Amino acid sequence: MTTATLDVNQPATPPAFQHLSTGRRVKNGIATALVWLAFLVAVIPLVWVLVSVLARGAHMVANADWWQQSLGGLLGDDVGGGVYHAIYGSLVQSLMCAVIAVPIGLLVAIYLVEYGRGRLAKATTFMVDILSGVPSIVAALFIYAMWITTLGFNRSGFAVSLALVLLMLPVVVRSSEDMLRLVPDELREASYALGIPKWKTIVKIVIPTALSGILTGIMLALARVMGETAPVLVLVGYSGYINYDLFSGEMASLPLLMNSERVSNPSPIGTDRIWGAALTLVIIIALFNLAATLLSRLVAPKKK
Amino acid sequence: MAKRIDVKDLNIYYGKFHAVDGVTLSVPPRSVTAFIGPSGCGKSTVLRSLNRMHEVIPGARVEGDVLLDGQNIYASAVDPVQVRRTIGMVFQRPNPFPTMSIRDNVVAGLKLAGVRNKSQLDEVAERALRGANLWNEVKDRLNRPGGGLSGGQQQRLCIARAIAVRPDVLLMDEPCSALDPISTLAIEDLITELKKDYTIVIVTHNMQQAARVSDQTAFFNLAGVGQPGRLVEIDDTEKIFSNPTQKATEDYISGRFG
Ligand SMILES: Nc1ncnc2c1ncn2[C@@H]1O[C@H](COP(=O)(O)OP(=O)(O)OP(=O)(O)O)[C@@H](O)[C@H]1O
Ligand SMILES: [Mg+2]
Repeated sequence: MTTATLDVNQPATPPAFQHLSTGRRVKNGIATALVWLAFLVAVIPLVWVLVSVLARGAHMVANADWWQQSLGGLLGDDVGGGVYHAIYGSLVQSLMCAVIAVPIGLLVAIYLVEYGRGRLAKATTFMVDILSGVPSIVAALFIYAMWITTLGFNRSGFAVSLALVLLMLPVVVRSSEDMLRLVPDELREASYALGIPKWKTIVKIVIPTALSGILTGIMLALARVMGETAPVLVLVGYSGYINYDLFSGEMASLPLLMNSERVSNPSPIGTDRIWGAALTLVIIIALFNLAATLLSRLVAPKKK
Repeated sequence: MAKRIDVKDLNIYYGKFHAVDGVTLSVPPRSVTAFIGPSGCGKSTVLRSLNRMHEVIPGARVEGDVLLDGQNIYASAVDPVQVRRTIGMVFQRPNPFPTMSIRDNVVAGLKLAGVRNKSQLDEVAERALRGANLWNEVKDRLNRPGGGLSGGQQQRLCIARAIAVRPDVLLMDEPCSALDPISTLAIEDLITELKKDYTIVIVTHNMQQAARVSDQTAFFNLAGVGQPGRLVEIDDTEKIFSNPTQKATEDYISGRFG
């Protein structure tokens, strides 16, 4: 009787699935620990930067004057004033950059994906790769040499925009190219089969399908160039007053303001202004990223 | 205005690869011609060269003549865009435009050709959707995205899109291969219906389908891997399925083919 029960409980063959071996469990543990460690190493500096910028800049940004006034006429240790002149400069310089870089970048991407064959396409891709590796200081000095030394223009916000174009262009080309390549060839063929010419297929079918991703890429590139510092240091002078003219005169921007306060204003007020401007820049870039997400959701192809 | 097609000694290449060798066949107007044959024998390739879709692929080219009511569509003065407008195509996988509504998908061909008149477009959309047997299912959600339909509905949407531009010829590359039996029957009925106005060429792997819908059947085969595909024979569907002249055709149809 007992033996019979035992027999029933005893499987005839050993179970196919064994317990995890100790060796694999140890390896799993080590891998998990390493992944977590890498995650912390990546996140700690990020959080640290955010927290310190917030902690030291929040009281400056929380003031309405900060967004509505310039630093014109204020001395280094004067309390008050604001950075709207620098916000204006940052926005206008990078928007001008986008106005130039986006159409060119998009057209290059369309050429590469839809028309590019053979040597010229390879050469273009190679150039874009090189351009994307150019450090911003090199782009700035190149524009200085071309625009100011050779062509004889003055330093201005527009010169900054030109340098930013060199930095933004490869990013726009790359991201738009990726997005256009994601559009399935079946859609192009469906369009050709309806007797729609190639250029119209690109404009009305391919680009709308890829638009959401293209816009995201552009907004992220824009946010990226807005924080660039080398071009503003080299190509335009700082002024505490607002200058609406992109094409002449000194023009502030947020990175430039921070640098100028750091170099020429040792007072605690200067430090406050630097942290305030840093937080302002972070906020504006965060807003751009948010806008990118919303915009891409708005134009993304819908299912229902 | 269905038109007849005459293909004369057509050789088709993908770059250096000779894909199809010396095809000669005729498709009378207002009839259905089925292309059958083993995978890779060049059925899609021949079909795509009937409306100059073949040359869309980089390096692809065609030698020989394709006459549409006597006019060579490969003549140097002919615009491939106009050829494709006259000879429509439905693909194996449904491919509605994801950014467009159901209605805009159907009238895409006209709209992108510059037709602006809204009531005219609405009329065309309804006529094409009715023609494709889809109207009743979608008439209440014409402004919803086309990607939200089921696979069979999407395929019928693509047929509606193809007939909305009123082509003379309709080419279909395995239009039912992704569909359930009921949608398949719906599309076969539709093909029989469309035959009244269009010349239709359909590629299919389904013998019963070829037997059910087609008037004549063309059997393609290839001698071996890397060899070009050839047209083995083309004849009335009844004849091909009951009493083919070629042994290869009989073997293929009776399932004795490798
Ligand atoms: N884009 C392409 N580039 C190069 N070769 C191709 C291309 N498309 C098809 N081929 C080749 O051409 C030959 C014929 O292909 P095709 O697609 O016409 O066959 P098919 O008869 O339609 O096959 P299936 O029944 O599987 O759809 C095959 O050898 C295939 O490998
Ligand atoms: Mg095929």
